[in-house]
Amino acid sequence: MPTPAIELRHVTKRFLTPSGTAYTALRDLDLAVGDGEFCAVVGPTGCGKSTTLALISGLELPSEGEVLVGGAPVQRVGRDVGYVFQVDAVFPWKSVLDNVATGPRFRGINRREAEERARDWIKRVGLAGFERYYPHQLSGGMRKRAALAQTLINEPRFLLMDEPFSALDVQTRTLMENELLQLWSATRASVVFVTHDLEEAIALADRVVVITAGPGTVKGVYRVDLPRPRNVAEIRFQPEFSRIYQEIWNDLRDEVLVSYERSKRVVS
Amino acid sequence: MLLLGVWEIGTMKDATHPDGFWIDPFFYGRPSSIANQLWTWAQNGTAQGPLWLQVATTLEEAALGFLIGVGLGVVFGVALGRVRLLADVFAPYIKALNAMPRIVLGSIFILTIGYNIWSKVALAVVLVFFVVFFNAFQGVREVDRVLIANARILGAKERQLSTDVIFPSALSWILASLHTSFGFALVGAVVGEYLGAYQGIGLMISTAQGTFNPSGVFAAMFILAVVALSAEVALTWLENRLIKWRPNTVTADARI
Ligand SMILES: Nc1ncnc2c1ncn2[C@@H]1O[C@H](COP(=O)(O)OP(=O)(O)OP(=O)(O)O)[C@@H](O)[C@H]1O
Ligand SMILES: [Mg+2]
Repeated sequence: MPTPAIELRHVTKRFLTPSGTAYTALRDLDLAVGDGEFCAVVGPTGCGKSTTLALISGLELPSEGEVLVGGAPVQRVGRDVGYVFQVDAVFPWKSVLDNVATGPRFRGINRREAEERARDWIKRVGLAGFERYYPHQLSGGMRKRAALAQTLINEPRFLLMDEPFSALDVQTRTLMENELLQLWSATRASVVFVTHDLEEAIALADRVVVITAGPGTVKGVYRVDLPRPRNVAEIRFQPEFSRIYQEIWNDLRDEVLVSYERSKRVVS
Repeated sequence: MLLLGVWEIGTMKDATHPDGFWIDPFFYGRPSSIANQLWTWAQNGTAQGPLWLQVATTLEEAALGFLIGVGLGVVFGVALGRVRLLADVFAPYIKALNAMPRIVLGSIFILTIGYNIWSKVALAVVLVFFVVFFNAFQGVREVDRVLIANARILGAKERQLSTDVIFPSALSWILASLHTSFGFALVGAVVGEYLGAYQGIGLMISTAQGTFNPSGVFAAMFILAVVALSAEVALTWLENRLIKWRPNTVTADARI
Protein backbone atom coordinates (compact mmCIF):
# COMPACT_ATOMS: atom_id res chain seq x y z
CA MET A 1 0.00 0.00 0.00
CA PRO A 2 1.44 3.45 -0.90
CA THR A 3 1.93 5.98 1.89
CA PRO A 4 -1.35 7.77 2.58
CA ALA A 5 -1.46 11.54 2.04
CA ILE A 6 -2.83 12.11 5.52
CA GLU A 7 -2.53 9.70 8.39
CA LEU A 8 -3.50 9.80 12.06
CA ARG A 9 -2.09 7.00 14.20
CA HIS A 10 -3.53 6.32 17.63
CA VAL A 11 -4.20 9.98 18.13
CA THR A 12 -5.49 11.21 21.47
CA LYS A 13 -6.23 14.86 22.08
CA ARG A 14 -6.94 16.30 25.50
CA PHE A 15 -7.94 19.87 26.26
CA LEU A 16 -7.67 21.75 29.49
CA THR A 17 -11.18 22.78 30.46
CA PRO A 18 -11.91 26.12 32.15
CA SER A 19 -12.40 24.26 35.45
CA GLY A 20 -8.83 22.95 35.18
CA THR A 21 -9.55 19.30 34.44
CA ALA A 22 -8.52 17.51 31.24
CA TYR A 23 -11.18 16.77 28.67
CA THR A 24 -10.51 14.02 26.13
CA ALA A 25 -11.84 15.18 22.76
CA LEU A 26 -10.32 12.36 20.68
CA ARG A 27 -9.26 8.94 21.87
CA ASP A 28 -7.06 6.55 19.92
CA LEU A 29 -8.23 7.79 16.54
CA ASP A 30 -6.87 6.12 13.41
CA LEU A 31 -7.50 7.63 10.02
CA ALA A 32 -5.81 7.42 6.63
CA VAL A 33 -6.64 9.45 3.55
CA GLY A 34 -5.17 8.34 0.23
CA ASP A 35 -3.49 10.63 -2.29
CA GLY A 36 -6.15 12.56 -4.19
CA GLU A 37 -8.92 10.97 -2.16
CA PHE A 38 -12.06 12.78 -1.03
CA CYS A 39 -12.75 11.64 2.50
CA ALA A 40 -15.83 12.76 4.41
CA VAL A 41 -15.98 12.67 8.19
CA VAL A 42 -19.36 12.50 9.90
CA GLY A 43 -20.30 12.30 13.56
CA PRO A 44 -22.55 13.84 16.15
CA THR A 45 -21.90 17.35 17.38
CA GLY A 46 -18.98 17.72 19.77
CA CYS A 47 -17.40 14.42 18.76
CA GLY A 48 -14.11 16.04 17.76
CA LYS A 49 -14.41 16.59 14.02
CA SER A 50 -13.05 20.12 14.09
CA THR A 51 -10.35 18.99 16.48
CA THR A 52 -9.30 16.33 13.96
CA LEU A 53 -8.87 18.97 11.26
CA ALA A 54 -6.97 21.27 13.63
CA LEU A 55 -4.55 18.39 14.28
CA ILE A 56 -4.03 17.70 10.58
CA SER A 57 -3.47 21.39 9.86
CA GLY A 58 -0.85 21.72 12.59
CA LEU A 59 -2.81 24.39 14.46
CA GLU A 60 -3.04 21.89 17.33
CA LEU A 61 -0.65 19.12 18.25
CA PRO A 62 -1.77 15.69 19.47
CA SER A 63 -1.46 14.76 23.15
CA GLU A 64 -0.59 11.22 22.12
CA GLY A 65 -0.04 9.45 18.84
CA GLU A 66 1.18 10.74 15.51
CA VAL A 67 -0.18 12.89 12.73
CA LEU A 68 1.50 12.52 9.35
CA VAL A 69 0.84 14.71 6.34
CA GLY A 70 2.57 13.85 3.09
CA GLY A 71 4.48 11.16 5.00
CA ALA A 72 6.09 13.60 7.46
CA PRO A 73 5.01 14.19 11.07
CA VAL A 74 3.17 17.47 11.58
CA GLN A 75 5.06 19.89 13.80
CA ARG A 76 3.75 23.27 12.67
CA VAL A 77 1.25 24.71 10.24
CA GLY A 78 2.07 23.14 6.89
CA ARG A 79 2.58 25.06 3.66
CA ASP A 80 0.52 22.72 1.52
CA VAL A 81 -2.55 22.72 3.71
CA GLY A 82 -5.75 24.57 2.96
CA TYR A 83 -8.40 24.94 5.64
CA VAL A 84 -11.93 26.23 5.21
CA PHE A 85 -13.10 26.95 8.74
CA GLN A 86 -16.47 26.09 10.25
CA VAL A 87 -17.12 29.74 11.12
CA ASP A 88 -16.51 32.80 8.97
CA ALA A 89 -12.80 33.41 8.74
CA VAL A 90 -12.47 35.95 5.94
CA PHE A 91 -10.87 39.17 7.13
CA PRO A 92 -13.63 41.75 7.65
CA TRP A 93 -11.30 44.69 6.93
CA LYS A 94 -10.23 43.38 3.54
CA SER A 95 -12.21 43.55 0.32
CA VAL A 96 -13.01 40.30 -1.48
CA LEU A 97 -10.06 40.89 -3.79
CA ASP A 98 -7.64 41.50 -0.93
CA ASN A 99 -9.02 38.58 1.02
CA VAL A 100 -8.49 36.17 -1.84
CA ALA A 101 -5.06 37.62 -2.59
CA THR A 102 -3.97 37.22 1.06
CA GLY A 103 -2.43 33.75 0.69
CA PRO A 104 -0.16 34.60 -2.26
CA ARG A 105 0.79 37.93 -0.62
CA PHE A 106 1.79 36.12 2.59
CA ARG A 107 3.81 33.74 0.48
CA GLY A 108 5.83 36.57 -0.99
CA ILE A 109 4.18 37.01 -4.39
CA ASN A 110 4.07 40.63 -5.56
CA ARG A 111 0.81 42.52 -5.44
CA ARG A 112 0.13 42.63 -9.17
CA GLU A 113 0.46 38.93 -9.73
CA ALA A 114 -1.38 38.08 -6.52
CA GLU A 115 -4.32 40.26 -7.57
CA GLU A 116 -4.35 38.81 -11.03
CA ARG A 117 -4.60 35.31 -9.64
CA ALA A 118 -7.18 36.45 -7.11
CA ARG A 119 -9.39 37.86 -9.87
CA ASP A 120 -9.20 34.55 -11.66
CA TRP A 121 -10.25 32.63 -8.55
CA ILE A 122 -13.00 35.10 -7.74
CA LYS A 123 -14.40 34.40 -11.19
CA ARG A 124 -14.12 30.64 -10.69
CA VAL A 125 -16.16 30.69 -7.49
CA GLY A 126 -18.74 32.94 -9.14
CA LEU A 127 -18.03 36.21 -7.36
CA ALA A 128 -16.97 38.27 -10.39
CA GLY A 129 -18.09 41.85 -9.95
CA PHE A 130 -17.81 41.75 -6.15
CA GLU A 131 -14.04 42.29 -5.93
CA ARG A 132 -14.39 45.62 -4.13
CA TYR A 133 -17.03 44.48 -1.64
CA TYR A 134 -16.29 44.01 2.02
CA PRO A 135 -17.41 40.78 3.73
CA HIS A 136 -20.22 42.49 5.64
CA GLN A 137 -21.71 43.52 2.31
CA LEU A 138 -21.93 39.90 1.10
CA SER A 139 -24.47 37.20 1.84
CA GLY A 140 -23.45 34.18 3.89
CA GLY A 141 -23.14 32.07 0.75
CA MET A 142 -21.00 34.66 -0.96
CA ARG A 143 -18.72 34.84 2.06
CA LYS A 144 -18.26 31.06 1.87
CA ARG A 145 -17.35 31.39 -1.79
CA ALA A 146 -14.81 34.03 -0.89
CA ALA A 147 -13.41 31.73 1.81
CA LEU A 148 -13.23 28.90 -0.72
CA ALA A 149 -11.35 31.05 -3.24
CA GLN A 150 -9.06 32.32 -0.47
CA THR A 151 -8.15 28.73 0.37
CA LEU A 152 -7.96 27.25 -3.13
CA ILE A 153 -5.77 30.02 -4.56
CA ASN A 154 -2.87 28.52 -2.61
CA GLU A 155 -3.44 25.27 -4.50
CA PRO A 156 -3.23 23.15 -1.36
CA ARG A 157 -2.34 19.50 -1.77
CA PHE A 158 -4.24 18.79 1.41
CA LEU A 159 -7.62 20.42 1.68
CA LEU A 160 -9.48 20.49 4.98
CA MET A 161 -13.08 21.66 5.03
CA ASP A 162 -15.16 22.05 8.18
CA GLU A 163 -18.89 22.03 7.44
CA PRO A 164 -18.32 24.66 4.78
CA PHE A 165 -21.87 24.64 3.49
CA SER A 166 -23.90 23.98 6.62
CA ALA A 167 -25.09 27.58 6.89
CA LEU A 168 -26.42 27.72 3.33
CA ASP A 169 -29.91 27.10 2.00
CA VAL A 170 -30.46 23.82 0.15
CA GLN A 171 -30.31 25.21 -3.40
CA THR A 172 -27.16 27.26 -2.90
CA ARG A 173 -25.66 24.33 -1.13
CA THR A 174 -26.24 21.85 -3.95
CA LEU A 175 -24.83 24.39 -6.37
CA MET A 176 -21.70 24.88 -4.33
CA GLU A 177 -21.23 21.17 -3.75
CA ASN A 178 -21.16 20.63 -7.49
CA GLU A 179 -18.77 23.52 -7.92
CA LEU A 180 -16.52 22.10 -5.24
CA LEU A 181 -16.40 18.72 -6.99
CA GLN A 182 -15.55 20.44 -10.25
CA LEU A 183 -12.76 22.53 -8.71
CA TRP A 184 -11.44 19.51 -6.84
CA SER A 185 -11.37 17.29 -9.94
CA ALA A 186 -9.08 19.87 -11.55
CA THR A 187 -6.64 19.89 -8.60
CA ARG A 188 -6.92 16.35 -7.27
CA ALA A 189 -6.03 17.43 -3.77
CA SER A 190 -6.53 15.04 -0.87
CA VAL A 191 -9.63 16.26 0.94
CA VAL A 192 -10.95 15.80 4.46
CA PHE A 193 -14.48 17.15 4.47
CA VAL A 194 -16.27 17.40 7.80
CA THR A 195 -20.05 17.51 7.85
CA HIS A 196 -22.88 16.22 9.95
CA ASP A 197 -25.06 15.82 6.91
CA LEU A 198 -24.75 12.20 5.83
CA GLU A 199 -26.30 12.82 2.41
CA GLU A 200 -23.73 15.48 1.67
CA ALA A 201 -20.95 13.17 2.80
CA ILE A 202 -22.02 10.34 0.51
CA ALA A 203 -22.72 12.60 -2.45
CA LEU A 204 -19.25 14.13 -2.35
CA ALA A 205 -16.86 11.55 -0.97
CA ASP A 206 -14.95 8.45 -2.00
CA ARG A 207 -14.99 7.30 1.58
CA VAL A 208 -17.07 8.19 4.64
CA VAL A 209 -15.65 7.91 8.15
CA VAL A 210 -18.05 7.76 11.08
CA ILE A 211 -16.75 9.12 14.39
CA THR A 212 -18.28 8.11 17.72
CA ALA A 213 -19.82 10.52 20.18
CA GLY A 214 -17.04 12.21 22.22
CA PRO A 215 -14.39 11.20 22.99
CA GLY A 216 -14.18 10.64 19.27
CA THR A 217 -12.74 7.54 17.70
CA VAL A 218 -13.44 5.83 14.40
CA LYS A 219 -16.61 3.78 14.43
CA GLY A 220 -16.65 2.70 10.82
CA VAL A 221 -15.27 3.47 7.37
CA TYR A 222 -17.37 3.07 4.21
CA ARG A 223 -16.41 3.13 0.56
CA VAL A 224 -18.70 5.08 -1.73
CA ASP A 225 -18.44 3.50 -5.16
CA LEU A 226 -20.56 5.95 -7.05
CA PRO A 227 -19.26 6.96 -10.48
CA ARG A 228 -17.67 10.35 -11.13
CA PRO A 229 -18.22 13.00 -12.33
CA ARG A 230 -21.23 13.25 -10.06
CA ASN A 231 -24.15 15.57 -10.03
CA VAL A 232 -24.99 16.10 -6.39
CA ALA A 233 -28.58 17.04 -7.14
CA GLU A 234 -29.31 13.74 -8.89
CA ILE A 235 -27.05 11.25 -7.25
CA ARG A 236 -29.37 11.03 -4.24
CA PHE A 237 -31.92 9.17 -6.31
CA GLN A 238 -29.65 6.29 -7.25
CA PRO A 239 -30.48 2.98 -5.53
CA GLU A 240 -26.81 2.52 -4.62
CA PHE A 241 -26.93 5.86 -2.79
CA SER A 242 -29.82 4.84 -0.55
CA ARG A 243 -28.20 1.47 0.13
CA ILE A 244 -25.00 3.14 1.37
CA TYR A 245 -27.06 5.69 3.25
CA GLN A 246 -28.95 2.96 5.12
CA GLU A 247 -25.75 1.17 5.98
CA ILE A 248 -23.97 4.20 7.36
CA TRP A 249 -27.03 5.60 9.08
CA ASN A 250 -27.35 2.44 11.17
CA ASP A 251 -23.94 3.21 12.61
CA LEU A 252 -24.36 6.93 12.91
CA ARG A 253 -27.80 6.84 14.50
CA ASP A 254 -26.52 5.15 17.66
CA GLU A 255 -23.83 7.80 18.09
CA VAL A 256 -26.21 10.64 17.46
CA LEU A 257 -28.56 9.16 20.06
CA VAL A 258 -25.77 8.86 22.61
CA SER A 259 -24.82 12.46 22.01
CA TYR A 260 -28.44 13.58 22.20
CA GLU A 261 -29.12 11.73 25.46
CA ARG A 262 -26.05 13.34 26.98
CA SER A 263 -27.06 16.84 26.00
CA LYS A 264 -30.51 16.23 27.49
CA ARG A 265 -28.93 15.14 30.73
CA VAL A 266 -26.85 18.30 30.86
CA VAL A 267 -29.91 20.45 30.31
CA SER A 268 -32.13 18.74 32.89
CA MET B 1 -29.51 79.57 24.44
CA LEU B 2 -32.00 79.88 27.25
CA LEU B 3 -29.19 79.36 29.71
CA LEU B 4 -27.21 82.17 28.08
CA GLY B 5 -30.25 84.45 28.26
CA VAL B 6 -30.85 83.76 31.94
CA TRP B 7 -27.18 84.23 32.63
CA GLU B 8 -27.11 87.55 30.78
CA ILE B 9 -30.25 88.92 32.43
CA GLY B 10 -29.26 87.49 35.80
CA THR B 11 -26.04 89.43 35.79
CA MET B 12 -27.62 92.77 34.73
CA LYS B 13 -27.11 95.57 37.18
CA ASP B 14 -29.26 98.49 38.15
CA ALA B 15 -29.26 100.97 41.03
CA THR B 16 -31.12 98.67 43.42
CA HIS B 17 -29.07 95.59 42.53
CA PRO B 18 -25.45 96.66 42.41
CA ASP B 19 -24.34 93.01 42.42
CA GLY B 20 -26.63 91.94 39.57
CA PHE B 21 -30.15 90.53 39.83
CA TRP B 22 -29.31 87.04 40.99
CA ILE B 23 -25.82 86.32 39.83
CA ASP B 24 -22.81 88.40 40.68
CA PRO B 25 -21.04 89.30 37.42
CA PHE B 26 -17.87 89.96 39.39
CA PHE B 27 -17.47 86.24 39.99
CA TYR B 28 -19.40 84.71 37.12
CA GLY B 29 -18.86 87.10 34.24
CA ARG B 30 -21.61 87.59 31.71
CA PRO B 31 -22.11 86.41 28.16
CA SER B 32 -21.91 89.88 26.66
CA SER B 33 -18.68 90.68 28.38
CA ILE B 34 -17.29 87.29 27.43
CA ALA B 35 -18.09 88.05 23.80
CA ASN B 36 -16.52 91.45 24.33
CA GLN B 37 -13.44 89.83 25.75
CA LEU B 38 -13.15 87.45 22.79
CA TRP B 39 -13.48 90.41 20.44
CA THR B 40 -10.81 92.38 22.26
CA TRP B 41 -8.45 89.42 22.19
CA ALA B 42 -9.04 88.89 18.52
CA GLN B 43 -8.56 92.59 17.74
CA ASN B 44 -5.78 93.67 20.06
CA GLY B 45 -4.20 90.39 21.11
CA THR B 46 -3.84 89.12 24.66
CA ALA B 47 -1.50 90.18 27.38
CA GLN B 48 0.98 87.55 26.19
CA GLY B 49 0.71 88.28 22.49
CA PRO B 50 -1.67 87.74 19.58
CA LEU B 51 -4.60 85.38 20.14
CA TRP B 52 -3.78 83.10 17.23
CA LEU B 53 -0.36 82.46 18.72
CA GLN B 54 -1.93 81.30 21.98
CA VAL B 55 -4.29 78.95 20.20
CA ALA B 56 -1.53 77.71 17.90
CA THR B 57 0.80 77.06 20.84
CA THR B 58 -1.75 75.06 22.75
CA LEU B 59 -2.74 73.17 19.62
CA GLU B 60 0.86 72.40 18.80
CA GLU B 61 1.50 71.04 22.29
CA ALA B 62 -1.70 69.02 22.29
CA ALA B 63 -1.10 67.67 18.78
CA LEU B 64 2.51 66.69 19.51
CA GLY B 65 1.54 65.10 22.79
CA PHE B 66 -1.31 63.33 21.08
CA LEU B 67 0.80 61.94 18.25
CA ILE B 68 3.66 60.81 20.45
CA GLY B 69 1.31 59.40 23.07
CA VAL B 70 -0.74 57.53 20.49
CA GLY B 71 2.39 56.18 18.81
CA LEU B 72 3.88 54.93 22.08
CA GLY B 73 0.52 53.63 23.29
CA VAL B 74 -0.08 51.62 20.12
CA VAL B 75 3.43 50.19 19.98
CA PHE B 76 3.47 49.19 23.65
CA GLY B 77 -0.14 48.01 23.62
CA VAL B 78 0.36 45.79 20.57
CA ALA B 79 3.73 44.50 21.81
CA LEU B 80 2.45 43.64 25.27
CA GLY B 81 -0.75 42.21 23.86
CA ARG B 82 1.23 40.00 21.50
CA VAL B 83 4.00 38.81 23.77
CA ARG B 84 2.87 37.17 26.96
CA LEU B 85 6.25 37.50 28.62
CA LEU B 86 6.42 41.28 28.06
CA ALA B 87 2.92 41.63 29.46
CA ASP B 88 3.80 39.67 32.57
CA VAL B 89 6.95 41.72 33.15
CA PHE B 90 5.54 45.20 32.50
CA ALA B 91 1.92 44.92 33.60
CA PRO B 92 2.53 45.65 37.33
CA TYR B 93 4.56 48.80 36.54
CA ILE B 94 2.03 50.09 34.08
CA LYS B 95 -0.81 49.45 36.51
CA ALA B 96 1.07 51.30 39.26
CA LEU B 97 1.82 54.26 37.01
CA ASN B 98 -1.78 54.34 35.85
CA ALA B 99 -3.07 54.44 39.40
CA MET B 100 -1.04 57.57 40.12
CA PRO B 101 -2.77 60.96 39.66
CA ARG B 102 -0.75 61.90 36.61
CA ILE B 103 -1.59 65.59 36.65
CA VAL B 104 0.97 66.11 39.44
CA LEU B 105 3.62 65.07 36.93
CA GLY B 106 2.92 68.45 35.34
CA SER B 107 4.75 70.27 38.13
CA ILE B 108 7.68 67.89 37.83
CA PHE B 109 7.90 68.38 34.08
CA ILE B 110 7.81 72.17 34.48
CA LEU B 111 10.65 71.96 36.98
CA THR B 112 12.80 69.55 34.99
CA ILE B 113 12.03 70.53 31.40
CA GLY B 114 11.24 74.19 31.91
CA TYR B 115 8.63 76.69 30.75
CA ASN B 116 8.99 75.74 27.06
CA ILE B 117 6.40 73.70 25.15
CA TRP B 118 8.07 70.34 25.81
CA SER B 119 7.00 70.20 29.44
CA LYS B 120 3.38 70.47 28.21
CA VAL B 121 3.96 67.93 25.46
CA ALA B 122 5.37 65.53 28.03
CA LEU B 123 2.31 65.91 30.25
CA ALA B 124 0.00 65.38 27.28
CA VAL B 125 1.98 62.30 26.22
CA VAL B 126 1.63 60.77 29.66
CA LEU B 127 -2.11 61.38 29.74
CA VAL B 128 -2.69 60.09 26.21
CA PHE B 129 -0.40 57.10 26.47
CA PHE B 130 -2.40 55.20 29.06
CA VAL B 131 -5.74 55.60 27.34
CA VAL B 132 -4.37 54.39 24.01
CA PHE B 133 -2.20 51.74 25.58
CA PHE B 134 -5.05 50.01 27.39
CA ASN B 135 -7.28 50.11 24.34
CA ALA B 136 -4.60 48.76 22.02
CA PHE B 137 -3.73 46.05 24.54
CA GLN B 138 -7.36 45.03 24.92
CA GLY B 139 -7.89 45.21 21.15
CA VAL B 140 -5.04 42.78 20.59
CA ARG B 141 -6.39 40.45 23.24
CA GLU B 142 -9.83 40.47 21.61
CA VAL B 143 -8.65 39.46 18.13
CA ASP B 144 -10.71 36.59 16.80
CA ARG B 145 -8.72 33.36 17.23
CA VAL B 146 -10.13 31.97 14.00
CA LEU B 147 -8.79 34.90 12.00
CA ILE B 148 -5.33 34.27 13.41
CA ALA B 149 -5.64 30.56 12.63
CA ASN B 150 -6.77 31.37 9.10
CA ALA B 151 -3.86 33.76 8.54
CA ARG B 152 -1.39 31.16 9.75
CA ILE B 153 -2.86 28.56 7.40
CA LEU B 154 -2.66 31.03 4.53
CA GLY B 155 1.06 31.36 5.22
CA ALA B 156 1.47 34.39 7.51
CA LYS B 157 4.77 34.77 9.34
CA GLU B 158 4.79 36.29 12.83
CA ARG B 159 5.39 39.81 11.52
CA GLN B 160 2.62 39.49 8.96
CA LEU B 161 0.28 38.29 11.69
CA SER B 162 0.92 41.55 13.51
CA THR B 163 0.57 43.86 10.53
CA ASP B 164 -2.17 42.08 8.60
CA VAL B 165 -4.40 40.65 11.28
CA ILE B 166 -3.73 41.91 14.76
CA PHE B 167 -3.21 45.59 14.04
CA PRO B 168 -6.21 46.05 11.69
CA SER B 169 -8.37 44.09 14.06
CA ALA B 170 -7.30 46.17 17.05
CA LEU B 171 -7.66 49.35 15.02
CA SER B 172 -11.30 49.93 15.84
CA TRP B 173 -10.46 49.76 19.54
CA ILE B 174 -7.54 52.12 19.06
CA LEU B 175 -9.56 54.58 17.01
CA ALA B 176 -12.30 54.58 19.60
CA SER B 177 -9.73 55.64 22.19
CA LEU B 178 -8.52 58.55 20.06
CA HIS B 179 -11.63 60.59 20.82
CA THR B 180 -10.99 60.48 24.53
CA SER B 181 -7.27 60.82 24.16
CA PHE B 182 -7.31 64.06 22.17
CA GLY B 183 -9.35 65.50 25.02
CA PHE B 184 -6.64 64.32 27.39
CA ALA B 185 -3.92 65.82 25.20
CA LEU B 186 -5.71 69.16 25.41
CA VAL B 187 -6.04 68.83 29.18
CA GLY B 188 -2.34 68.04 29.42
CA ALA B 189 -1.35 71.05 27.33
CA VAL B 190 -3.65 73.50 29.14
CA VAL B 191 -2.81 72.29 32.64
CA GLY B 192 0.87 72.44 31.76
CA GLU B 193 0.49 76.02 30.57
CA TYR B 194 -1.53 76.88 33.61
CA LEU B 195 1.30 75.67 35.82
CA GLY B 196 3.85 77.77 34.00
CA ALA B 197 4.40 78.91 30.42
CA TYR B 198 5.22 81.79 28.08
CA GLN B 199 2.32 81.24 25.69
CA GLY B 200 -0.94 79.35 25.44
CA ILE B 201 -4.59 79.20 26.40
CA GLY B 202 -3.77 77.76 29.81
CA LEU B 203 -1.65 80.81 30.54
CA MET B 204 -4.53 83.05 29.43
CA ILE B 205 -6.75 81.32 31.95
CA SER B 206 -4.23 81.68 34.74
CA THR B 207 -3.69 85.38 33.87
CA ALA B 208 -7.42 86.02 33.79
CA GLN B 209 -7.76 84.27 37.12
CA GLY B 210 -4.93 86.33 38.57
CA THR B 211 -6.61 89.60 37.53
CA PHE B 212 -10.08 88.54 38.74
CA ASN B 213 -11.43 88.51 35.22
CA PRO B 214 -14.08 85.73 35.04
CA SER B 215 -15.03 86.76 31.52
CA GLY B 216 -11.47 86.02 30.49
CA VAL B 217 -11.62 82.55 32.03
CA PHE B 218 -14.91 81.78 30.31
CA ALA B 219 -13.73 83.20 27.01
CA ALA B 220 -10.64 80.98 27.13
CA MET B 221 -12.83 78.00 27.93
CA PHE B 222 -14.98 78.87 24.95
CA ILE B 223 -11.94 78.83 22.70
CA LEU B 224 -10.92 75.48 24.15
CA ALA B 225 -14.35 74.05 23.47
CA VAL B 226 -14.17 75.16 19.84
CA VAL B 227 -10.72 73.58 19.48
CA ALA B 228 -11.90 70.31 21.06
CA LEU B 229 -14.99 70.16 18.86
CA SER B 230 -12.99 70.72 15.67
CA ALA B 231 -10.59 67.97 16.69
CA GLU B 232 -13.55 65.67 17.33
CA VAL B 233 -14.93 66.32 13.84
CA ALA B 234 -11.52 65.66 12.29
CA LEU B 235 -11.10 62.42 14.23
CA THR B 236 -14.53 61.14 13.27
CA TRP B 237 -13.69 61.83 9.65
CA LEU B 238 -10.40 59.97 10.03
CA GLU B 239 -12.11 57.06 11.72
CA ASN B 240 -14.65 56.70 8.94
CA ARG B 241 -11.87 56.84 6.37
CA LEU B 242 -9.77 54.20 8.11
CA ILE B 243 -12.45 51.67 8.88
CA LYS B 244 -14.72 51.93 5.92
CA TRP B 245 -14.99 48.13 5.98
CA ARG B 246 -17.16 48.23 9.07
CA PRO B 247 -20.93 48.00 8.70
CA ASN B 248 -21.69 51.65 9.17
CA THR B 249 -25.04 53.17 10.00
CA VAL B 250 -24.28 56.74 9.03
CA THR B 251 -22.40 56.61 5.74
CA ALA B 252 -23.41 56.41 2.13
CA ASP B 253 -25.48 53.24 2.13
CA ALA B 254 -27.95 54.73 4.60
CA ARG B 255 -28.62 57.57 2.19
CA ILE B 256 -29.50 55.57 -0.92
N1 LIG C 1 -9.63 24.69 22.70
C1 LIG C 1 -10.42 23.87 23.39
N2 LIG C 1 -10.41 23.86 24.73
C2 LIG C 1 -11.20 23.03 25.44
N3 LIG C 1 -12.06 22.16 24.89
C3 LIG C 1 -12.13 22.11 23.55
C4 LIG C 1 -11.33 22.96 22.73
N4 LIG C 1 -11.62 22.69 21.44
C5 LIG C 1 -12.56 21.74 21.45
N5 LIG C 1 -12.86 21.36 22.71
C6 LIG C 1 -13.82 20.33 23.12
O1 LIG C 1 -13.59 19.20 22.34
C7 LIG C 1 -14.79 18.59 21.93
C8 LIG C 1 -14.82 18.41 20.44
O2 LIG C 1 -14.86 19.68 19.82
P1 LIG C 1 -14.95 19.84 18.25
O3 LIG C 1 -15.02 21.29 17.96
O4 LIG C 1 -13.84 19.09 17.62
O5 LIG C 1 -16.35 19.16 17.92
P2 LIG C 1 -17.06 18.96 16.51
O6 LIG C 1 -17.15 17.51 16.26
O7 LIG C 1 -16.39 19.79 15.48
O8 LIG C 1 -18.52 19.52 16.81
P3 LIG C 1 -19.52 20.31 15.83
O9 LIG C 1 -20.12 19.31 14.91
O10 LIG C 1 -20.55 20.87 16.76
O11 LIG C 1 -18.72 21.35 15.15
C9 LIG C 1 -15.91 19.51 22.44
O12 LIG C 1 -16.48 18.91 23.58
C10 LIG C 1 -15.22 20.77 22.83
O13 LIG C 1 -15.81 21.33 23.96
MG1 LIG D 1 -16.87 21.45 14.47
